[in-house]
Amino acid sequence: MDSDPAEVKKTVRKYFMIGAALLVFTGITVAANLIHLAVPLAITVALIIATIKGSMVAAVFMHLNHEKKWIYGSLLLTVVFFVVLLFVPLLTISDTFGTHINAPGPTHAASGEHRD
Amino acid sequence: MNIPYTVETRPDTGLANGKLGIWLFLASEVMLFGALFSTYIILRTGAVAWPHGELSVLLGAINTVILISSSVTMVMAWASLKMNDWGKHRLYLILTFVLAGIFLVNKYFEYSEHLAHGEGPWASTFLAIYFTLTGLHGLHIVGGMVVMAYFIGPGAKMAKTSPEQFTNRIEYTGLYWHFVDLVWIFLFPLLYLL
Repeated sequence: MDSDPAEVKKTVRKYFMIGAALLVFTGITVAANLIHLAVPLAITVALIIATIKGSMVAAVFMHLNHEKKWIYGSLLLTVVFFVVLLFVPLLTISDTFGTHINAPGPTHAASGEHRD
Repeated sequence: MNIPYTVETRPDTGLANGKLGIWLFLASEVMLFGALFSTYIILRTGAVAWPHGELSVLLGAINTVILISSSVTMVMAWASLKMNDWGKHRLYLILTFVLAGIFLVNKYFEYSEHLAHGEGPWASTFLAIYFTLTGLHGLHIVGGMVVMAYFIGPGAKMAKTSPEQFTNRIEYTGLYWHFVDLVWIFLFPLLYLL
């Protein structure tokens, strides 16, 4: 974090340039959507651009490009848990990989049976 | 009794307590939104079909531009304080507040349009996750506006009594605000474009 006013003054131009770059990337995201790419490719392109934009915000606006190791440590831990969180849903269906799903049919409804 | 390490840094962490505190709070926010993003992935991959073009890309893009601009004005509000320019700090902080308000007004029109057509969160899985994600994000915008309103109004007094602590508070508000912008950067393509 810059604490010297002279150093901060130098970074002001950078803030505006990053802001402009973020707007350009937003334009590119919308333009890429107009091309009607195949869904997997469209998702990949959109997420790559979003990741670049997010990194710029975190690095420059949130000053993560020069922070103390305690901040990096807590964020590293967060990233680990975030990845686990994203993959937890996979664990709920991992035992069904390669097996057929036999959904129960509407036998009772079809035969007119119902309970009161 | 003064609270220690609000301005001076702790010898063990090299940080003021507030700085580490706001980052730990943001870490918990990552997990909160992470859970919802994870839900989005489950719902989307499990869906037979996923609607496309239900949302106004124009309104979504305008809101993206508004939030990015507000991030620039927020960081400039902090930088102006560092450069001892009180007038510019006030201008940029008020601008950030106004931009946040415009974002919410846009969101209000967007929600109204959907609800007028009976497209509430109950109507489909897509709309359920759309309203949940954008609603939670909108609440964060409101939270940020409350904090900014405090520093524009009564909280501004601290700039005279303890200027360094006030600058730190604006920095922490900025970190929160940039995080809210960062979340929207991912929400926009996921909900409006894909």
